Amino acid sequence: MDLTFTEEERAFRREARLWLEANVPPGPHPSGDTADGFDFCRRWERELFDARWAVVSWPERYGGRGASLVEWLIFEEEYYRAGAPQRVSQNGIFLLAPTLFELGTEEQKERILPAMAAARALWAQGWSEPGAGSDLAALRSRAVRDEARGGWLLTGQKTWCTRAAFCDHLFGLFRTGTGKEHARHKGLTYFFVDLRAPGVTVRPVGRLDGDAGFADVVLEDVFVPDGDVLGRVHEGWSVAMSTTSSERGLSLRSPGRFLATAERLVALYRRERERGAGVACRERVVDALLDAEAYRLHTFQTVSKMAEAGAKMGAESSLNKIFWSEMDLAMHETALALLGPSAPLVEGPDGAWMKGFEFALAGPIYAGTNEIQRNIVAERLLGLPRK
Amino acid sequence: MRFAFTEEQLAFRDATRAMLARICPATAVRTAWDPASSGRDPARWKVLADAGIVGLLVDEAQGGLGRRVIDLVLLIEEAGRAALPEPLVETALVAAPLLAATGSPTANEWLARIVSGDATITTSLDGEPLVADAHVADRIIVQARDTMLLVDPRECSVVHQPTVDGARRIFTLGSDPRGLALTPGDPARGLAARAFDHGALGVAAMQLGLAARMIDLAVAHVSTREQFGQPVGSFQAVKHHLADALLALELARPLVYRAACSLSHDRVHAALHVSMARARADQAAGIAARKSLQCHGAIGYSFEYDLHLFMKRSWALSSAFGTTSFHRDRVGVVCLDGDSPPPDPFGEP
Repeated sequence: MDLTFTEEERAFRREARLWLEANVPPGPHPSGDTADGFDFCRRWERELFDARWAVVSWPERYGGRGASLVEWLIFEEEYYRAGAPQRVSQNGIFLLAPTLFELGTEEQKERILPAMAAARALWAQGWSEPGAGSDLAALRSRAVRDEARGGWLLTGQKTWCTRAAFCDHLFGLFRTGTGKEHARHKGLTYFFVDLRAPGVTVRPVGRLDGDAGFADVVLEDVFVPDGDVLGRVHEGWSVAMSTTSSERGLSLRSPGRFLATAERLVALYRRERERGAGVACRERVVDALLDAEAYRLHTFQTVSKMAEAGAKMGAESSLNKIFWSEMDLAMHETALALLGPSAPLVEGPDGAWMKGFEFALAGPIYAGTNEIQRNIVAERLLGLPRK
Repeated sequence: MRFAFTEEQLAFRDATRAMLARICPATAVRTAWDPASSGRDPARWKVLADAGIVGLLVDEAQGGLGRRVIDLVLLIEEAGRAALPEPLVETALVAAPLLAATGSPTANEWLARIVSGDATITTSLDGEPLVADAHVADRIIVQARDTMLLVDPRECSVVHQPTVDGARRIFTLGSDPRGLALTPGDPARGLAARAFDHGALGVAAMQLGLAARMIDLAVAHVSTREQFGQPVGSFQAVKHHLADALLALELARPLVYRAACSLSHDRVHAALHVSMARARADQAAGIAARKSLQCHGAIGYSFEYDLHLFMKRSWALSSAFGTTSFHRDRVGVVCLDGDSPPPDPFGEP
C-alpha cells in the first residue's frame, strides 16, 4: 500500500492545475441544461479537447492522453477544484464511450469517439419510457427489420432524456425480439439514433429546477442502419448493463466533485461562524468532510483493484451510486441550513446552493433509483434471495 | 498511488480468520462472559503469539516480526469478527510499540515476554480512569501528564466495573499507583498520544470486523427464516436495512486502512486520519448492530442467540481510546475550528 502520488502523477496534477487556472472562464457559468448554457458549455468542451484535456483516459488516437485511472481521478479533482463548467459531454464520454471501447466495432470507434471527444457530436441517453422506469426491461419502443435498406425502423417514446433537447445523438434500447423467447430483457438491442433523422420529434420537458434540457424523444419509423447497432442484436441488455455500471459507478460522479462541494461547505461554515452563526451545523459539516474523504479513498481503493485484477465494477457500483447521491443531497441541505434566511435565494453569491440542492434531489432517482440500487446490493453483494 | 493490500497481507488475514474460527467460536466468547472465571484463555493467547500476531510490531531483535501497523490492521479486524476476548489491541498495538519507544532498559525484557505470549500489558493513558484487563495483565502502563509508569496491578488496588459486554473486563485503578518510571517529562505525553492513536485505530479495525460479523449473521438468518411462505430476506424492507449496513461498512473500511497506513509512515495528519476512521467505523458497527437486530426479529433479542455478543462488544469498544464523539469532535477541531487552513482535500490522501 502506497498512498503517495508518484512523480508522474504529481506532474500530471501540476500540468492540469496550471492549464485550468489559466483557462477556466470566470464564473458563474450558465447551466448546461439551458439552450444558451449548452452552447457555452459546448464551446468550452472544444477548448478542453484542443488542449487534450477532454478525455484524458482515452488512447491518444481518439483524442486522449492514455492516462491511468488514478490520473483520470486527479484530473477530475483538479477540474472541480478549479470550478470549471459543467460537462455537457458527460453522457457520451462517461457512459457510452466505456461500452463502445468494450463492444464497439473498429469502424464505430473511429467514427464516433473522436467526434464525441471534440464535442462535435453530443449524446443523450434513451433508457426510460413512460411505462418503463426502474423496471427498464418493461420497455416497449421497438425496432422492426428493414432488410431492403439494411437496417431497422425504430418506433416508440423515450423520456427523461437529459439534454436531449440540445444533443445530436441518442443511445438506447429498443425491442427487436417479439417471440416468447424474447420476453423482458431477452429481446432488446442497443442502437445509436441521429436525433436529426426523419421521424424523430424532440419535446423539451421542464425540470424541477426550471431548466429545459430534459426531453421526450418520440420516434416514428426512424431508420437506423446496421452500423449503428452496438453489440449483437437481441443482446442489448447486457450491453446496456455495461453502461449502467459506469453510470452508477465511478465515472459519472468521481470524488473530485464532492471534495469541491465539501470545501465550499467548509468555507461557508467558517464564514457563518465569523458572524456568530452556524455552530449548530458543525456536526453536519463534519459528516460532509467524512463523506467526501471516505468516497475519495473508496474510489482510490476501487481503481487500485481494477488496475491490478483487471476487474470491472459490477454490483459494487450500486454502493457508490447510493453513497454519492445521498452525500450530495446531505451537503446541500447542510449548506441551506447554514445560509438561514438567504437559503431560498437562487441568484447572487450563495444562489448556487439552492440550484445545487434542486439538482442533487435528482441524484437518488436517476441512473436507477436508490431503491433499485439497494435491491442490487442486497441480492448481488449480500446474496439475499430475489423472490 | 496503490491503495491495496499485498498478497501476503491478505493471506495472513485469511489464515487468521480460519484460525480464530477454530480457537474463538461464539461459544468461546460466551464462556468468557462467566463472571466466576477470568474470561481469558491463555492457550488461545499462546496460539496467537505463536502465529506471530501478538509480536507483529516488535522488532526482530526482540523476537518479533518487525512489521508495521498496516500489516496488523486486517488481523485486528479478524479479532473483531471473532469478538476475541483477549486484549490484542491493548497489548500488540498499544503497549508493545509504546514500550519499545520508551527505550527503557526494562522494555526489552517485557517485549520478549509479549512476543512469546507470556505477558499481556494494558494501558491507562492521559489519566484515563478505566483500564481493560487489569485482572490478568502482567503490567499496566499508566501515564498521566509527565509521568509514565510500569505498574504491577497486584500492587495497586484495581476494582472491576461490570460493563454491558460481560467478556470485556474493565477496571478502575487505585489513586497514585506506584511503579517503575518508564520515561519522564514531555516525551511521556508525546509517546502516550501516539499510543492512544494506535489504540483508537485498533478499535476502529475491531469495529469493522464486528460489523461484518453482525451483517453475516443477519444474512444467514433472513435467507432461511420464512414468513408469509417465503424467506424474509426476499422482502425489500429487509434488503434495504442490510444494504444500508453494508454501505456504511464498505465506506468506513478505506478510512480505517488509510489511518493504518498513515500511522505506519508517521504522516503529519495521522491523528486526524485515526479520528476519521473511528468516527465512521464506530458508526458502521452501530448501524450493523441496529439493522442486524431488526432483521433478526425477536430471536436477535434473546440471550441464547449470539448476535448480542457482537453488538455489546461494539458498544463497549465505542468508548475505548476516545469515544466516538471525541473523535468526531477532533475532526472538527482540525478541519473547522482553527484559523489555519484544514488539510488540503486535494492533497495526498
